[in-house]
Amino acid sequence: MSKRIDLVDLDIFYGDFLAVEQVTLTVNPRSVTAFIGPSGCGKSSVLRSINRMHELVPGAYVTGEVLLDNEDVYGVDVDPVLVRRTIGMVFQRPNPFPTMSIYDNVVAGLRLSKRRRRSKDLDDVVERSLRSANLWAEVKDRVDRPGAGLSGGQQQRLCIARAIAIEPEVLLMDEPCSALDPISTLAIEDLIHELKDTYTIVIVTHNMQQAARVSSTTAFFNVNAVGEPGRLIEIGETSQIFSNPRVKQTEDYVSGRFG
Amino acid sequence: MTTVPILTGRRLPRWSTPVVAAAAILVGLVLQFGGISPLGLAPALFAAIGFIVARSTWSWILEGRRHATDRLMGSLVVGALLLALVPLVWILITVAIRGYSVMNTEFITGTMRNIGPRVEGGGIGHAFVGTLQQVGIAALISLPIGIMTAIQLVEYGRGKTLSRWISFFVDVMTGVPSIVAGLFIYTAVILTFGFSQSGFAAGLALTILMIPVVVRSTEEMLRIVPNSLREGALALGIPKWRVITFVVLPTAISGIITGAMLAIARVAGETAPLLLTTFLAQDVNFNAFDGSQTALPTFIWDQISRGTAPAIDRAWGGAYALILFVLVLYAAARVIAAVFAPARE
Ligand SMILES: Nc1ncnc2c1ncn2[C@@H]1O[C@H](COP(=O)(O)OP(=O)(O)OP(=O)(O)O)[C@@H](O)[C@H]1O
Ligand SMILES: [Mg+2]
Repeated sequence: MSKRIDLVDLDIFYGDFLAVEQVTLTVNPRSVTAFIGPSGCGKSSVLRSINRMHELVPGAYVTGEVLLDNEDVYGVDVDPVLVRRTIGMVFQRPNPFPTMSIYDNVVAGLRLSKRRRRSKDLDDVVERSLRSANLWAEVKDRVDRPGAGLSGGQQQRLCIARAIAIEPEVLLMDEPCSALDPISTLAIEDLIHELKDTYTIVIVTHNMQQAARVSSTTAFFNVNAVGEPGRLIEIGETSQIFSNPRVKQTEDYVSGRFG
Repeated sequence: MTTVPILTGRRLPRWSTPVVAAAAILVGLVLQFGGISPLGLAPALFAAIGFIVARSTWSWILEGRRHATDRLMGSLVVGALLLALVPLVWILITVAIRGYSVMNTEFITGTMRNIGPRVEGGGIGHAFVGTLQQVGIAALISLPIGIMTAIQLVEYGRGKTLSRWISFFVDVMTGVPSIVAGLFIYTAVILTFGFSQSGFAAGLALTILMIPVVVRSTEEMLRIVPNSLREGALALGIPKWRVITFVVLPTAISGIITGAMLAIARVAGETAPLLLTTFLAQDVNFNAFDGSQTALPTFIWDQISRGTAPAIDRAWGGAYALILFVLVLYAAARVIAAVFAPARE
C-alpha cells in the first residue's frame, strides 16, 4: 500500500479561468505533505485534481499530468471511480450521510461500490476503521445510531473512518480541522501521525503550527492577485520551509509578514 | 443610589388586545342589529378597521412610533391571513354539513344504476372505483417519468442545453389548461387509434397534468440535498448512479413522496379532461380499459346538471367524499414523509 504522487506541469481550469498554473511536485509515500498558502491560491483545486474530484464542477478540467506510481490518473482509459477508490478524501466540513447509521456510514464505500462482503467481514471493517480513526471507544455501543447525531469532531473522525474503510493508497485532507475545537483537532493530528505509517497523506491547512506539527514536507502556494493563477512557490522539508525558506514570499508568509 | 432604567419602555398592557377587540366587535354588533338598515358585511369591516386604528393609535401614544408601526403591520398581516382563510373554511364547512347529511353505507357503496334524478338514494361506489383507477393509472405512469426527469435535470443535466429545453417544456406543460389535456388524448388516442372512451384514456389525460407537478416538486427536493453529500459519496469511489440511488434519493425521499401525494391530490379533482376521455357511467365498471367510467368530480358535475333536489344532495355528498379522499392522501403523505425522514437525534 501507499503510493507516490507526481504532479507534472499541472494547469487547473474552471471553464476559461486558469486557477492554478504549472504545478510540479512530488508527494512521497508514507509521509505527510502539507499544502499551505493564502486563501484562493489554489490548494483545494490542486488537491481535488489529484483524485479527479475537480472535474465534477461543470466546465472544469486540467492539463498536465498527475502520476500515481507512474500511472497517469488522467490517462485515456482511466475510470475516475477507480481513481477515487484508490485516493480517498476528507473534506473541510464533516459530511456523514444523514440517512445512515454510524455503521452504514463506515461501510458505505464498500457496500455501495458493490464489492460484496459477508456481514462478518463488514463488522471487522467497521471496528478496524473506527479504531484507526480513534472513534471506536466513543461509539462502539451505538454504531446503529445515526451518524448525524455525533459531535462535529466525532463526525469528522467518522468521515476519516469512512475514507480509510475502503483501504485507499492515498488520503487527501482539505482543512480537516478547520471546523473543530482544539481538542478534536489534536485527536485528528494524532490520528494523522498514526495513519502516515500506512498511507500517503496530503493535508491542506491554514494553521502553520499544524503544518509544522504533522507534516514532513511542506508546499507553499501563492497567488499575486485575485483573477491571476495560483503557483507553487516552494516545496521542501517542513523544518527547512519554516526555519530557512529559500524564497522571500515563503518567508513573509510563514513569519506572518504577509501582504 | 437609584438607577434609571434605560432598557425598558412603556408598553401596552397585556389585556389591551382582547379589550380593544371586544369593543370593536361590540360596535359591529350594534351596527348590525341596532342599525337603521341591514348593512351586509359592512359592520364586520368597520369592526376590523376600528380595531386596527384604535390599537395602533393607543400604541402610538403610549409606546411610540416604532411599536405602533409594528402593531399596525402585524394586524394587517393577520387580517390578510384571516381574509384568505374565510373562503376555505366556508367551503369546507358548507360541504361538510350538506355532504354529511347524505352520507351512509349505501351512499358510499351504491351506484346510480336505475336511480333517476327525482329519486332519493343511490351512491358513489362506481365513481370511487373510477377515481381510484384513473388516478392510479396516472400515478403509475407519471411518478416514474416525473421523478426520473427531475433526476436527469438536477443530477446529470445542470447547465446543459438539453435540460434547459426539458425544463422549458415542463414549464409549458404546467400551463396547459386541463381541458386541453383531455382534448389532446381524445384526438391523439381515441380518434386516431379508434379506442373507445375509457378510464385508461382519462388516466392518460391526468398524466399530462401530473407530470410537470411531479417534476417540479421532485426537482425542488433534489436541489436542497447538499452537494457535500454527493461529493462525499463520489470521493469514496461510489459510482454516480449508486450515489443517486443510495445517498441522494434517500435523503430527499420524504419530500419527494409528499410532492407525489400532493400531485395525486391535485389531479383527483380534475373534471374537464375526464368528460372528454371517459365521460359518464351510471353503473360500476371495473375495467379501466373498456367503456366509460364515472369518477368523483364527474359524478358531482353529472348530479348538479340534473338540477333536482335529490341529485343536488348527492352532488354535495360526492364533494364531501372527494374532499375526504384528498384529506386522506394529505395525511398519508405526512405520515410517510415522517417515516422516511432522515434520522436525527
Ligand atoms: N467551483 C469553482 N468555480 C470557479 N472558480 C473556482 C471554483 N472553485 C475555486 N475557484 C477559483 O479557483 C481559485 C483557487 O481556489 P481554491 O478553492 O483552490 O483556493 P484555496 O487555496 O483552497 O482557498 P481557501 O484557502 O480559501 O480554501 C480561486 O480563484 C477560486 O476563485
Ligand atoms: Mg480550500
